[in-house]
Amino acid sequence: EALVLNDPDFQHEDLNFLSRSQRYEQAIRKSALMVMKLREYGIADPEEIYWFKSFVHRGRPEPLDLHLGMFLPTLLTQATPEQQDRFFMPAWNLEIIGTYAQTEMGHGTHLRGLETTATYDPATQEFILNSPTVTSIKWWPGGLGKTSNHAIVLAQLYTQGQCKGLHAFIVPIRQLGTHEPLPGITVGDIGPKFGYDEMDNGYLKMDNFRIPRENMLMKYAQVEPDGTYVKPLSDKLTYGTMVFIRSLIVGDSARSLSRACTIAIRYSAVRHQSELKPGEPEPQILDYQTQQYKLFPLLATAYAFHFVGAYIKDTYRRISGDINEGDLSELPELHALTAGLKAFTSWTANAGIEECRMACGGHGYSRCSGIPDIYVTFTPSCTYEGENTVMMLQTARFLVKSYTQVSSGQEVTGMVSYLNDLPRQRIQPQHVAARSVRINEPLSLVEAYKARAARLVEAAAKNLQAELNLRKSKEDAWNRTSVDLVRASEAHCHYVIVKLFAAKLSEISNAAVRAVLTELCLLYALYGISKNTGDFLQAGILTEAQSTQVYQQVKELLAALRPNAVALADAFDFHDVHLGSVLGRYDGNVYENMFEWAKKSPLNQKEVHESFHKHLKPMQAKL
Amino acid sequence: GVNPDLASERQTASFSVEKLTAWLDGGAEHTRIRRAVVEAIQSDPIFSRENQYFQSQNERYEAAVRKAVHLQKKMREMGWTENGPEYKYIYRALSGDVALLLQRVFKRSISVLGSEKQIAKWIPLATQYQIIGSYAQTELGHGTYLQGLETTAVFDVSTQEFILNTPTVSAMKWWPGDMGRSATHTVVFAQLYIHGKCYGVHPFIVQIRSLQDHSLCPGVTAGDIGPKMSFEHADNGYLMLQKVRVPRENMLNKFCEVQPDGTYVTRGSEKINYFPMTTVRISIISDEVIIPLMKACTIAIRYSVVRRQSKLKPGEQEAKILDYQTQQEKLLPQLAAAYAFHFINNYLQELLDRGYREIQRKNFEPLPELHAFSSGFKAMVTQYCTSAVEICLRACGGHGYSLLSGLPSLYTKILASCIYEGENTVLLLQTARFLIKCFMAASAGQPIPPSVAYLAAVNAGKCPAKNKLDFLRPDIYTEAYRHTAVRLISSVVAKLQDLIHSGVKKYDAWNQCTVQLVQAAKAHCHYISVVNFAETVEKLETKPDIQKIMKHLCDLFALHGIFSNAGVFLHDEYISGAQMDVATASYLDLLAVIRKDAVPLVDAFDFTDKTLNSALGSYDGQVYQRLYEWAQKSPTNKQISPSYEKYLKPLLHNTLSKL
Repeated sequence: EALVLNDPDFQHEDLNFLSRSQRYEQAIRKSALMVMKLREYGIADPEEIYWFKSFVHRGRPEPLDLHLGMFLPTLLTQATPEQQDRFFMPAWNLEIIGTYAQTEMGHGTHLRGLETTATYDPATQEFILNSPTVTSIKWWPGGLGKTSNHAIVLAQLYTQGQCKGLHAFIVPIRQLGTHEPLPGITVGDIGPKFGYDEMDNGYLKMDNFRIPRENMLMKYAQVEPDGTYVKPLSDKLTYGTMVFIRSLIVGDSARSLSRACTIAIRYSAVRHQSELKPGEPEPQILDYQTQQYKLFPLLATAYAFHFVGAYIKDTYRRISGDINEGDLSELPELHALTAGLKAFTSWTANAGIEECRMACGGHGYSRCSGIPDIYVTFTPSCTYEGENTVMMLQTARFLVKSYTQVSSGQEVTGMVSYLNDLPRQRIQPQHVAARSVRINEPLSLVEAYKARAARLVEAAAKNLQAELNLRKSKEDAWNRTSVDLVRASEAHCHYVIVKLFAAKLSEISNAAVRAVLTELCLLYALYGISKNTGDFLQAGILTEAQSTQVYQQVKELLAALRPNAVALADAFDFHDVHLGSVLGRYDGNVYENMFEWAKKSPLNQKEVHESFHKHLKPMQAKL
Repeated sequence: GVNPDLASERQTASFSVEKLTAWLDGGAEHTRIRRAVVEAIQSDPIFSRENQYFQSQNERYEAAVRKAVHLQKKMREMGWTENGPEYKYIYRALSGDVALLLQRVFKRSISVLGSEKQIAKWIPLATQYQIIGSYAQTELGHGTYLQGLETTAVFDVSTQEFILNTPTVSAMKWWPGDMGRSATHTVVFAQLYIHGKCYGVHPFIVQIRSLQDHSLCPGVTAGDIGPKMSFEHADNGYLMLQKVRVPRENMLNKFCEVQPDGTYVTRGSEKINYFPMTTVRISIISDEVIIPLMKACTIAIRYSVVRRQSKLKPGEQEAKILDYQTQQEKLLPQLAAAYAFHFINNYLQELLDRGYREIQRKNFEPLPELHAFSSGFKAMVTQYCTSAVEICLRACGGHGYSLLSGLPSLYTKILASCIYEGENTVLLLQTARFLIKCFMAASAGQPIPPSVAYLAAVNAGKCPAKNKLDFLRPDIYTEAYRHTAVRLISSVVAKLQDLIHSGVKKYDAWNQCTVQLVQAAKAHCHYISVVNFAETVEKLETKPDIQKIMKHLCDLFALHGIFSNAGVFLHDEYISGAQMDVATASYLDLLAVIRKDAVPLVDAFDFTDKTLNSALGSYDGQVYQRLYEWAQKSPTNKQISPSYEKYLKPLLHNTLSKL
């Protein structure tokens, strides 16, 4: 951290004042420098590289992300030893800069729909790559627009007249030396986006572009010189990478929301507004119940997501050990869980960041607050690596499958084991559950969430069955139940998060820390109930009186957490440079620094703007 | 030609799009005028927004000033005037990307708050653009709470002048539009001091830039406040005043005046000061909030019938994403809300016109009601529409994230509306205060305004719905909303009274109930929106096709609210758990019905492609072609990136030697 912060080479003007081209240039400059410095300092540990990188780029995307995050790892996992000899060292030394080109203009989450073709020509032992339609143009890959000279392209493989499905090919796209696109390649930047200004997301169109047979990544599937296709052994393995990346997004949700909370909470302690008591000075806005109600549940959520992120990372590590030993049994559940949690946490964090921004009033809207930038950088995670609604439906598929197993008398294990209790519960009258919820005990609330998840999974599964009885098509029935299915997945994820948070409490040895985190955990759980009272009331998990108590308890927790709010935000330990926010400064000197910041705005570079001479003055003269 | 996927959607419309458009405009004649204005503006290349997404802040600002100046010429050419029927469509045609909009606010505040003499002096100057005005109220440290402003205006009897001062950093004026670079004059709100006594906040006309060379006047520091989430074209500014003197006549003095000897005189109602805010709040609902939502719906729905993804049935073509129930559940409720709020806007306009007539007759009684309604609806509608636009953005997947979709700019712009003209939470609390007063008055048998008469009606019983069809009955669902609104208001009143009786101070009790008060105010606005939608549908009996589809939308709007706030309706078992399942089923069924008319329903908003400025939402649905061609025009593709020569090349070629 200090290494980067004290290095004058990594200093630059405030990015908010730069154009897109300038931001791209700064990012490239820093990436190039970063690679050299990493070598200079001899940093090679992935964890250390990650921290170094996140400090150089202050948590923003950069044009080499896909080279480092996708191109190199894909070479490692999918290339044959010969291919690694050819490509890996040049790529490691950045003579080759690569990207990963999967998404097409007309096709995203549904991979089988991709249209790019790679047709094998045994005569020359080459693949002929083609983008047959406008919709098949590769669109979005990061670093493709201006930076990369190679791409791993996913295309439908045709050999001996047959389509063999999607495969990966290493495609050179720019001339080494001049960086000009190769003949047959059309490549460029896709234009401005909501955020990601420093990233040259690109397009790629290929017209009869030929590459040697050896450029297909052939560790698993192969095409022999005569065009014979050799099938891969298992296709489940690719799940591993997806699970890994989605688990990173869960961590990213936690971090992005924590940053926004830090800014909003610190600023709310600095900002004074209106009157609470007649005649007294304007109070800190953090003393208003409505402001606490906006921010503290988000603070609790940020903590909850940190624990979830850590849990998934650990589980992934444990399970990938099993996978390497050939045990794939836990993979389906982990896959289902990360899909749902990726969607749940990114949706919640996305909305939460916006709430933090709005809780900062007008100044939150200024780029100097830093929250607009956190938002635009974070929000695409609801879409990439699996569109959230599709993710929720994948989780739902797993839940329905587990429910069906339970109904047919089989036990299920893991996070869905609560479904085993469903047949038993049906015998007991539901209101028994209601009396047993104790709203001041985290573990009792876990039970309440569990009951809600069980009820919604069961309801979705039953509605699906009812639709299936009405119509022939399975797919139609699924589609007509999908809103219910998403709700069931959400309830399941919500339960998992409350459960993990509650479980974390017992691991904390410091009594004061445990006390405040217990309050946060209760707030997270109770706030979630108060936002979804319908589910809890309808299922008879809570009585009407209890739901009023929940509401009351939430308000009491807000007051209880108020004295610790800034400390809880400070504990995230974001450096001012990393926060990039005038409102969220550690020292709280907000207004002086806003004025200093504004003076640097490009519109202020001349005392009288040239528009005055060009447009305003002639108008005043004429009218 | 039109993309066949989009063309087929238009063939099955259950109503005439043209007739619906005319009805939304308030008559075919209005549609004709609107189209003429849009055509005149959009055919002029100076008003083009094609390059908007590629421009820097400086370029956007310059273009906006140029457009503002050109607009004056255009208006004279076309014979449009500020009072003519064309005027209100100009802004829509320009999509807001124009400077000097504060000139109107500047003029309006002088007309409302100034004396005849002041009006005669300043309005012609502003109309002729001899001066350029702004409106400086908000300060760096102070927003919605006006009494907290720190800027001072001290009356100096000896020179008959006010001395304006910015005593602290937090007192600097911050945010006013057109003030950073353009304005020559501004209305400054400052605490008035006479002989050492403070008389509260008053408006003063202050010249800030020279009329000759546009340089800052002595004692004035002003500039641009820097980049924001949107509004790149606007030079929101800061202003610091150091002993700036203005003549006594520059205090706007229709309602209060400082006489030459320093005597302070007031006349009329103080509450009238709120009236300009009320009208501004209502006027932004249409232009800044509902229209952006209509645009977002148009873009997202058209794109959702062009985009195909995954298969619904094995062996078939990939399905249009609008055929997925989850996609319908994202977009169609937002479409219903766009219609609901269009009608609420009509309702508020009528309320305002009625109130304005009373005020002209010196009857200030409708002011509290007007204030409460404009505050509550401003908050509710901006919040609802902001999240609705974001839902549209995210429903378009990756391409929605491209600026070329038009959605990010719609979103970043609409979300500012949640803050300006009154922070939403504060506004909802003002509405709640009014509702509580009315509720208590009604309980005591006193008269209350007809708009809140529902608070007085008896509140008992349970929801009588028995089946899915019952939930499509406006009498059933409006009663459910009414019941809920009354319950929330009465329970927070009870809570407040309990707290006060138990010895809690009144202001503490209020702060402890604010979360519930906000909820109650929202429930009130939601109820009025549903009732108003249902009544609008009822009046449509001469247009049966339109009435039918509007009825579906009204049902959807109401049931979506019940589905999303189930807890509130279940709370006292007004709606039982079993009924809630039926209501949900009814709601989900409606999605499939409205799905069929989704594209005609957005076509009826009648936005031109140039207005939408979106690669995804164009009328012909040629999404991918347009996206590809437009991206190629990006400046990043026109020039050779200097980054390659400067950084990448050394990296690519010399790394080994440097490593």
